[in-house]
Amino acid sequence: MKEIELQSQPDLLHDGEVPSDVRTEELVLNMGPQHPSTHGVLRVILQTDGELVLKATPYIGYLHRSAEKIAEKVTYRQFTPYTDRLDYLAAMNNNLGFALAVEKLGGIEVPPRADYLRVIFAELNRIASHLMATGSYGLDMGAFTPLIYCFREREWIMDLFEAACGARLTYSYITIGGVREDLPEGWIQKCREFLDYFEPKIAEYNNLLSYNHIFINRTGNVGICPAELAVAYGLTGPCLRGSGLAWDLRKATPYCRYNEFEFDISVGRGQNGTLGDCWDRYFVRILEMVQSVRIVRQALDKLTDGPVQAKVPRIVKLPAGEVYYEVENPRGQLGFHLVSDGGTSPYRLKIRGPSFCNLSVLPVLAPNCLLADISALLGSIDIVMGEVDR
Amino acid sequence: MMYIPQRPPVEYKGLSLKIVRLATRWGPTGISLALRFAWGIFFAAVVALVLFVWLVGRFINPLLPWFIRDFVVVVGLLGFVCIVAIIGIWGERKVSGRIQSRLGPMRTGHWHGWAQSLADGLKFVQKEDLIPRDADQPLFRLAPYVALVPAFCAYLALPFGVGWVFRDADVSLLFVLAMLAIEVLGVIMAGWASNSKWSLYGAMREGCQLVSYEIPMGLSLLAAVVATGSVNLITLGEAQSGGWFAWLIFQNPFLFLAFFTYYVASLASCKRSPFDLPEGESELVAGFHTEYSGFRFVMFFFAEYVAMFAVSALATIIFLGGWHSPIGGPSSPLWFVLKSTFLVWVQMWIRWTLPRIRIDQVMHACVKYLLPFTLLLFLGSSLWQLYDNPAHPAFKGFANLLRGVLGVLGLVLLGLYFFGAGYGYYNRNRLVGQMARRHLPGA
Amino acid sequence: MTPSEIIEVLREHDAEAVVSAVADGPYPHVVLKAEEIVTAAGFLKSEPRLRFDLLRCISAIDWPAKNSIELAYDLISTSLAHAFAIKVVLDRANPQVESVGGIWPAAQWHEREAFDLMGVTFLYHPDLRRILMPEDWTGHPLRKDYQDVVEYKGLKFNP
Repeated sequence: MKEIELQSQPDLLHDGEVPSDVRTEELVLNMGPQHPSTHGVLRVILQTDGELVLKATPYIGYLHRSAEKIAEKVTYRQFTPYTDRLDYLAAMNNNLGFALAVEKLGGIEVPPRADYLRVIFAELNRIASHLMATGSYGLDMGAFTPLIYCFREREWIMDLFEAACGARLTYSYITIGGVREDLPEGWIQKCREFLDYFEPKIAEYNNLLSYNHIFINRTGNVGICPAELAVAYGLTGPCLRGSGLAWDLRKATPYCRYNEFEFDISVGRGQNGTLGDCWDRYFVRILEMVQSVRIVRQALDKLTDGPVQAKVPRIVKLPAGEVYYEVENPRGQLGFHLVSDGGTSPYRLKIRGPSFCNLSVLPVLAPNCLLADISALLGSIDIVMGEVDR
Repeated sequence: MMYIPQRPPVEYKGLSLKIVRLATRWGPTGISLALRFAWGIFFAAVVALVLFVWLVGRFINPLLPWFIRDFVVVVGLLGFVCIVAIIGIWGERKVSGRIQSRLGPMRTGHWHGWAQSLADGLKFVQKEDLIPRDADQPLFRLAPYVALVPAFCAYLALPFGVGWVFRDADVSLLFVLAMLAIEVLGVIMAGWASNSKWSLYGAMREGCQLVSYEIPMGLSLLAAVVATGSVNLITLGEAQSGGWFAWLIFQNPFLFLAFFTYYVASLASCKRSPFDLPEGESELVAGFHTEYSGFRFVMFFFAEYVAMFAVSALATIIFLGGWHSPIGGPSSPLWFVLKSTFLVWVQMWIRWTLPRIRIDQVMHACVKYLLPFTLLLFLGSSLWQLYDNPAHPAFKGFANLLRGVLGVLGLVLLGLYFFGAGYGYYNRNRLVGQMARRHLPGA
Repeated sequence: MTPSEIIEVLREHDAEAVVSAVADGPYPHVVLKAEEIVTAAGFLKSEPRLRFDLLRCISAIDWPAKNSIELAYDLISTSLAHAFAIKVVLDRANPQVESVGGIWPAAQWHEREAFDLMGVTFLYHPDLRRILMPEDWTGHPLRKDYQDVVEYKGLKFNP
């Protein structure tokens, strides 16, 4: 076991204090790239004193696939599948963000049916992503059953997606100008069946996991992130809303006709512990699932007839300029800074992954946690390494 | 990016080369299995033969029948223990599947995958024997045996019925508890010898947890010992003959609660969820047995199921009437096995329902809540014995009333259990994901 | 507030720092002088009419044709719900600017990424090292003149 050389980090343990007669040694633990609870290839070096974590340093880049460099070489339409693979659990939302950025720069207007379809698919994907987050969080806490229940529901959503676009995880369905193709026959009926089936299940998850005393003891009062700290570190999404701040891009800067829908912003209230702890961030996701069901129901009612794609040429050429567009992903705000020089590929595409910014708060929240709380913390921040590393 | 070490190619020489050629020429599985275990089989055969010859030669006249009886019983116990582990593993997978609205193993053996454990056993036996290069070799190899053998030894004093025991010891309860406690050594050895900080964490947590929870376990059992006045398990069992109302659990409100505290403490001592932090999958991959693969891992796995059955068996004998039937018929070992299996099933049920408790909360629960509570139960049970005799008739009346209440409570709990099961079965289409299956397009 | 109002407030505060401003179009922004970025950032965060408390993104854009590297800081206000962007133009030969991590701690990882992939040095950054590429990587991949590395630690890449 070699010691890891940490560069330029302050030494917390020997900060001038002389230890008393009990000498404990600091242990450097490597929560390596392969680990069941790091949700992907994340490496965290922990300096621990027994079970108490003194410092946590995340090392990322294990899933860096140079998506931004590739964007400079492929055309806009060709880049849509790459956006799927950023946050692969919320691929529809990634597609949506990229399509909206390109459409804003290109001045492309999307027909209304496509807008409502985009909302339906984005919200269904939000439900699927939160189910995955909830289930795997339960698994991290040792509750094996909610994972399978969440995956059971997720299977239905994936079947709906497969019927609509042929893929279960990386869809490339929401493209520049609208959506790729219209819904198959009977899809809306199946979707409504799913919503009717799914709504009571959320109460089941609450009974099994959310209000379970053991779970509350594991996650309440752990990793408390006050709202100012969250905003300062650029947290967005359920991490920010779990700290009490009611900030949702779908309400603040509505896109894609979100201003026509009625839904609430789910905010943590600190009911089982302190405001901004892991339980709040987790429960915000449960509440968001309820709201997403509402939105999908309204969108299904509002669905108009018409084309699903605007007339966009096969090779999209955007005028010179730049745009920064953000959408509300299940994990936070996904942003695309698109710089175009008038050609067929982007000149520069910077992707602001929400998990990248959410993860930067880990070294701040981790000190003075116990080792078992690190999994609780990581699970509540809910990262997907695909968009941390891009 | 890290440097990935490449293993240098192995070059065989001499006899090893001949064996490898033989194994690869004549087919993989049979020959290489036999050859892998050739040395082990040879030594075991030699030792057994020498022992048998010496023993028979020395004790041929007076003790041969006893020797044969002991031998047969030990082999039978070994077989029983292995069957318990195999059925336990299969049962765990089926139970976990059903709780998680899926089916569990269905294919191996055609009927609900009953042969899954056997297939897994065969798979494990033919795996590569990997020992980390920096691991402490002797301790690493020794640890699984230190974990499994004492768990089996606990069965040597565990009675399945009157006369159905290997050795009827007067201190059999203490013997069983002591044997179950030796497992801690194996676990700590495994964690240390693996030369991995994560395994060490698992081992240290395990050490704390097991050792601490031995105390409430022992105290709860002592409450029952005080009620019957003996640590002999057969005496404890025989004191509960008659029917379900004679069971020790219904004699005494303190004993009623002692059953539950014993059960919770035994969950912790078997490292079962919600106390499975030492082998906490999501944090420590597999805790103290992360570096173990193949048959060594199977030994740990077996040790867990064997210990589960042993602690459930203790609970059955001491609190639930042992081998006596609840409805007052003839007693038999089958009742014992049935009741212990029921307790094992409840252990599995709890595992797949509850999340994991953090180690400081585990210790907190033990030292601050369970320990004082079990001390109170022990005290209460002792005082109860003091007053529950014909010299205090008023108390006797009160005691009988309480016993009646406990009996009714027991019946109510049983009724709730069956009601819950019936409700779930009756509404199984609505509750579980059957609808999820029927939603597919075209269905 | 609309982008032109925001530009007005900025010009009111410090007119020399503003090199140019774009109020219309898909990306309203101001271009500031590189030396003034920290004071401007402090003003943008603390001014009650602006209150840009959430730094969303720092994008580094390489313009070899103009011999410059641009840094775009995208900001949004969670209390007043308006968004804006400020840009800094740096010399491509030696891109250096002061870190705004003291004002928005979210900048720390974004600046590390800009350093890693584009080679911009951020002064007074507490921990400026590579974040996505390995620690001993040479070169800055997102530059337009980046040559692909052919061999790394004995592993050869087939171009």
